Amino acid sequence: MSDFPIIRRTDRVLVQGMTGGQGTFWTEKMIECGTNVIGGVNPKRAGSTHLGLPIFGSVAEAVKSEQVDVTLMFIPPTLAKDAALDAITAGVRGIVILTEHIPSHDVLEFFAAAAKHSTKIVGPNTAGLVTPGAGFVGIMPGHNSNIFKPGRTGVISRSGSLGTLICLNLTRAGFGQSSFIGIGGDPMIGTTTKDALVALDHDENTDAVVMVGEIGGGMEEEAARYAATMKKPIVAFIAGRAAPPGKRMGHAGAITAGDAGSYAGKRKALEDAGVIVVDTPRDIATALAHATKRKSAYNTA
Amino acid sequence: MILNEGDAKKLVLAPAGINMLQGEICATAAQAAAAVQRLGRCVIKAQVPAGKRGKAGGIKLVSTAAEAEKVAADILAMRIGDYAVQGLLVEQCAAIAKEYYAAVLHAPVERATLILFSAEGGMDIEELAATKPEAIRRFIVRTPDDFSVKDAKSMLTGLDVDIAGISDLLVKLYQRYRQTDAELVEINPLALLEDGRLVALDCKFILDDAATYRQTELAAAAASEEPTMLEAKGASQGLKFIELPGNVGILANGAGLTMTTMDVVQHLGGTPANFMEIGGDAYTKGEAALALVLANPNVKSLVVNFCGAFARTDVMAKGVADAWKVLKPDIPVFFSVHGTGEDEAVALIEDEFGVTPFDFMEDAVQAAIAVTK
Repeated sequence: MSDFPIIRRTDRVLVQGMTGGQGTFWTEKMIECGTNVIGGVNPKRAGSTHLGLPIFGSVAEAVKSEQVDVTLMFIPPTLAKDAALDAITAGVRGIVILTEHIPSHDVLEFFAAAAKHSTKIVGPNTAGLVTPGAGFVGIMPGHNSNIFKPGRTGVISRSGSLGTLICLNLTRAGFGQSSFIGIGGDPMIGTTTKDALVALDHDENTDAVVMVGEIGGGMEEEAARYAATMKKPIVAFIAGRAAPPGKRMGHAGAITAGDAGSYAGKRKALEDAGVIVVDTPRDIATALAHATKRKSAYNTA
Repeated sequence: MILNEGDAKKLVLAPAGINMLQGEICATAAQAAAAVQRLGRCVIKAQVPAGKRGKAGGIKLVSTAAEAEKVAADILAMRIGDYAVQGLLVEQCAAIAKEYYAAVLHAPVERATLILFSAEGGMDIEELAATKPEAIRRFIVRTPDDFSVKDAKSMLTGLDVDIAGISDLLVKLYQRYRQTDAELVEINPLALLEDGRLVALDCKFILDDAATYRQTELAAAAASEEPTMLEAKGASQGLKFIELPGNVGILANGAGLTMTTMDVVQHLGGTPANFMEIGGDAYTKGEAALALVLANPNVKSLVVNFCGAFARTDVMAKGVADAWKVLKPDIPVFFSVHGTGEDEAVALIEDEFGVTPFDFMEDAVQAAIAVTK
């Protein structure tokens, strides 16, 4: 049974859109990193091979001969709905959707189908999942051992770039990661902060959690209610404190309206739940060291 | 994208047969006067993508063409919220018996659609939700296109309203939400007139930006957003650029990291001059991005903060170096660079700028703030 959204070495991964430029580049990196990629999908190249792996016409066709635990989508926005529905109706348990700018009504349609089929979706607009030492799916530098090291801290991030920086800081401070869960920067996503928190809470390889939030929406507030019930320490950083209200800050999800989704509201909800909220990314390792009664490898005083 | 009221009524509500008062969209005071000549006593409403138009003086009752011309000219010259008034909607008056609220919108936490109705319309829905939450009826549509008159009736049970008429309207509103790729369609107020008609007195419509490619008519009608000149230039180059009042210029990749760079500037006592991210597909646009950041005369120092996951830091650093040679800016720059392509990026920065990037972004930001003081 897959632990999705935590990626495991045993997960059999199918890459939808593997033959394209980015699909090829990142599939090579994933394989290099130990990810168990079993093939790709491209309707126009069904029956051929790419990177030494079989290419199928659809996910439905792939599952006839292969066990597929996870699919990863390198698919442009206008085709994303059909690709997601293909994976969902084929019975795949976990789907990682990297695509940004999928029309939200298409997203509503495939989320409804996913709910019917009990499919878990990560994204859209995620950078992916990394389990250092086991592999990664997505567009994260999971193969870079300066950034990702095996360890016992779980990391949740809406953002790929900021999540990468924070894992790098953790690694430099001596905190390896049990799993990185990139949940995506869109307002409507399949795996919420809370869903990822539940997964890490249940994960026996995880001792503590770093949560990287962003202004906008209500996900951090929802996660805070669950965090209050957790024994594992949680350190959070929320990006967007300096963002002007009403402006969309790059991520479609990162917009505040009135008090809804504001930095202050999120920080208060998390602190009330016993989460340590820090002011800058560098403070995360210090707070984590304090919370786990361990030493940080660098001094940030 | 937001549509102004008049365009939302014409393009979103009218095709569904939702009742409205007779009205005309006008661009000038003369047109407004002519409209009042035809329609009689009217309300003149500022067309602007901002709320609280009435309180700002942007909605006025007029009886004669002469009065209309003067009032229209005044309203056209106004600014409401962050916007200049973009046009007028001149609508006939009617005797209102009751005001309701109706809306269909995305419910991100439920990953579904939310239908809202309240028999107490007219006021701001957030205000109503805060002061009288029991007055709001809700219905969640989990399967797209699965919202029937029966569902609508079930959500209205027990209300002292025309349940059949309002159910029919809610279903129509939901259908238009689906057909138009809307994030929100809101009618507030939805009025019951003394003559028994149910009419949309106002309409707010937000189009999903990601769906503009298949909603070209609606996208073309969208209200102007009034970006600054530099922001408009950024948008035309596919760059997300927002000008801010500070003096520390920022170039970073990824929305999360860019916001964080702004946050750290503020936290350490500085003031960010902009939001500018070149993550995702834009990571090759370092040169154009830097030109925009440096075109702001308030910028006294620059932080370049890259952490490459998908985006290659060597490509982004090359863009910065190329732009630097062309623009020859007379300000100091402070780098922090990690992730994909880091070794090549650091070598290039050492070569071209004669500096070694800071190990921590906090130190790069601190140094950039210090020179602005």
